[in-house]
Amino acid sequence: MRTLIFRTTAPYLASLMVLFSIFVLLRGHNEPGGGFIGGLIAASAFAIYGIACGVSPVRRALYFHPTAISGFGLLVSACSGLLSLFEGVPFLTGIWTEINVGVPVDISTVIAFDIGVYLVVVGSITSIALALEEREHA
Amino acid sequence: MAADGQWLTFLALILPFLGAAAAPPLVRAFGHNAAWILALVPAFLFYHFAGFLGIIAGGQAVSGGYRWIESLSVDFSWYLDGLSLTFALLISGIGTLIVLYSGGYLKDHPHLGRFFSFILMFMGAMQGLVVADSFLMLFVFWELTSIASFLLIGFDHRREAARRAALQALIVTGAGGLALLAGLLVITLATGANSLSALLQSGDALRQAPLYLTALLLVLGGAFTKSAQFPLHFWLPNAMEAPTPVSAYLHSATMVKAGVYLLMRLNPVMGDTVLWETILPIFGGTTLIVGTLLALRQTDLKLMLAYTTVASLGLLVMLTGFGSEIAIEAAVLYLVAHSMFKGALFMVAGSVDHETGTRDITKLGGIGRAMPITFAAAVLAALSMGGLPPFFGFLAKEEIYAGLGFGSNWSTLVTLVALLGNALMFAIGFAVALKPFTGRFIATPKTAHEGPVLLWLGPVVLALCGLLTAIFSEISHRFISTPMASAVAGESVSVSISVIPHVGLPLLLSLATIGLGIILYLAIDRGRAAMASLLAAIGWGPDRGFDQFVRGAVRISAAITAIVQNGRLDIYMTVTFIFLAAALLVPMIGFGELPEMPAFVAMHFYEATILVIAIIGLAAVVYARDRLTAIVSLGIQGFAVALLFMLLGAPDLSFTQFMVETLSVVILALVMTRLRLSPADHRPLGQKTLDFSVASLCGAALGLLLLRITQVPFDPVLSEFFAANSRVIAHGRNIVNVIIVDFRGLDTLGEIAVVMIAGLAILALVRIRAGRPADKPVKEA
Repeated sequence: MRTLIFRTTAPYLASLMVLFSIFVLLRGHNEPGGGFIGGLIAASAFAIYGIACGVSPVRRALYFHPTAISGFGLLVSACSGLLSLFEGVPFLTGIWTEINVGVPVDISTVIAFDIGVYLVVVGSITSIALALEEREHA
Repeated sequence: MAADGQWLTFLALILPFLGAAAAPPLVRAFGHNAAWILALVPAFLFYHFAGFLGIIAGGQAVSGGYRWIESLSVDFSWYLDGLSLTFALLISGIGTLIVLYSGGYLKDHPHLGRFFSFILMFMGAMQGLVVADSFLMLFVFWELTSIASFLLIGFDHRREAARRAALQALIVTGAGGLALLAGLLVITLATGANSLSALLQSGDALRQAPLYLTALLLVLGGAFTKSAQFPLHFWLPNAMEAPTPVSAYLHSATMVKAGVYLLMRLNPVMGDTVLWETILPIFGGTTLIVGTLLALRQTDLKLMLAYTTVASLGLLVMLTGFGSEIAIEAAVLYLVAHSMFKGALFMVAGSVDHETGTRDITKLGGIGRAMPITFAAAVLAALSMGGLPPFFGFLAKEEIYAGLGFGSNWSTLVTLVALLGNALMFAIGFAVALKPFTGRFIATPKTAHEGPVLLWLGPVVLALCGLLTAIFSEISHRFISTPMASAVAGESVSVSISVIPHVGLPLLLSLATIGLGIILYLAIDRGRAAMASLLAAIGWGPDRGFDQFVRGAVRISAAITAIVQNGRLDIYMTVTFIFLAAALLVPMIGFGELPEMPAFVAMHFYEATILVIAIIGLAAVVYARDRLTAIVSLGIQGFAVALLFMLLGAPDLSFTQFMVETLSVVILALVMTRLRLSPADHRPLGQKTLDFSVASLCGAALGLLLLRITQVPFDPVLSEFFAANSRVIAHGRNIVNVIIVDFRGLDTLGEIAVVMIAGLAILALVRIRAGRPADKPVKEA
């Protein structure tokens, strides 16, 4: 499958997909999308990159081990729920605040939770895919 | 009780656990002298509980606690009356001495900190057990004592015997604990009480309940395992694998009495029935005789004491179940006396072992000159054990004979059993206390000399207590025996026996016991030989039975596993799918819930096209020549469904479906390339037919289910709620996403945890396939 064309286009394709996945993640609250779908898109980006160029470039590009990313995502999600304890409301209640960066933007613990979901999905699926792509030469 | 006193009792209950956490660093800092600091924990407990003596001697009970789980009405509550208080004082008082003794006994042991930790943990559990009021607390602490006992017996975990004994004790007492849990639940069911204080006020409710027999048997299951009644006694002698302080504390003075505690506690509400007064004396009496006879057989000091402990527990159970007020007073006196003299004798045995290097009675002799203080403590304790005046054991024995008497054939029998048991215990007690110290000197592995203060303080104090409590019997009766006996009897009784012998039947029986005891003591070697040959002739005991039971359980589970988990993936899949089809179809057909034939809706041209594409994809899967083609063709059907979702107005679902299909195809393809299966499908026709039928059934079942669901009137409450509130409450217009991350956030959190763990598991499996050997599981012994 490692044709020249595939190998040349794969990095661009993968980076576009990752970018798109983040777009899908962030717009998820109002438009179709969200952490789960975004995570799946990003994971397929890495899988394609891996098929085209081998596993080690993907691992270098990711920098962190996929499992660590996944674990971090779970931590982010759980902690975003804990923040509500300071407000005296039940675990995982969304807390919203508005900041102004030129335009008013709503930010909340809910988006942090969704980012956590994204990271868990990316990490887990990528780790499986990469482990499978690695040739059996151990 | 004042509200500010509550937290002190609460502190007393959790302090041992805090001490357990603090023990290892303290030992690192101060070595074995940390014992002096750690002993402050039980000393504080003793001091705190002793503060209640006055109130409780006045006939009142102290209770307190906090609501723990409001919605389940579970309390963290305690109830202190004469019975709990005496136990609490024994546990903390002897605990103080044991902590000190451990410091001397395990001096320079590399894991002394861990040992202190375990023993304090046990102390906390036992303390909680005896003062617990709510059933839940009682059960939790009951099981905690079993776990602490497991850790302590297996403390020397490098030896197989210790590991086996620990496991055996855990299995036996743990199983008993489960019986107790069931018993407590039955009691709640029968009386509505979920705490001891409420139960004690329920009067005859439990005795007259139809569930009385069930409750009784289950509770006895708990009590008899914990208190080592024959034929479940075998774990207790094996538990002597533990270091001696543990044997002295858990397996003679405190934990094994938990069963007796339970029986005494329930005596006012469960006792006074024919069943109670038959079962308890029979089991107790048998245990008494068997225990003493087996003790006769032993040459190891600790084992001799262990079997007499078994016997003493039998005596206590027998007395508790005998049913007369004086018998209960006798049980109370004997329990207190036994805790003191047996604790002391165990510590003496440990000191002898520690200083000479052996505890085999046939290899010891004449060390009394070298260890005078220990010798003195041993003799004092043995005098109490033998029931000689002026010791506390004497009071107990007088009261036993006064309580049993010769009123009927039944009580004559019980009296004779008690007489024989007491005489045998007399002989063995003096054998332990005299044989090693007197007679011809025998050289031992280590040269005997008196141990440090930490080693002799405990036995001396306990032995002296046995003397002082008897001499000042009025005080001990007023504060200890009378309140405790009243709590056990469930009505106010008064203990008045003193050390001054008064002529009567009890005294005659006492004299007979002593006479018989002396004869047995002189003939102990012959008795041992006789018992040895008798046991060899029988050849089987409950200890062996336990091994056979465990082996049988392992064999049965291996046989079941071989059937249920045969290791063939295709069979697992077939079974799973057959059950899926059955689970869907059987209820639908059985309850006549099959869907009606739906009205045919005219499809748009493009919808029909997509359906045709899906069908072509499925046909391609079936007719594909090799597996890779089949997998990719399966994707066609998935994408077609995703398109349908899109057209029917579910973009989120559609997106996800697209991505899942893509990734499934990629991952399945990757897996296939690694599995090195032959590219084509070589299943025989029969297998193909079976797979085809199962697949069709599953498909049909799911299709029918979906049809049926759409035909049920739709309740729109939830979707209306989400539609109305998604924007207002959760600031989001995409309802699906808002549900996932906000309304049902907890579900999602659980799901992503599952995703992650599944990912880790798959990763591990892939690694194993890659040829990196996983750690081999430790082979079972």
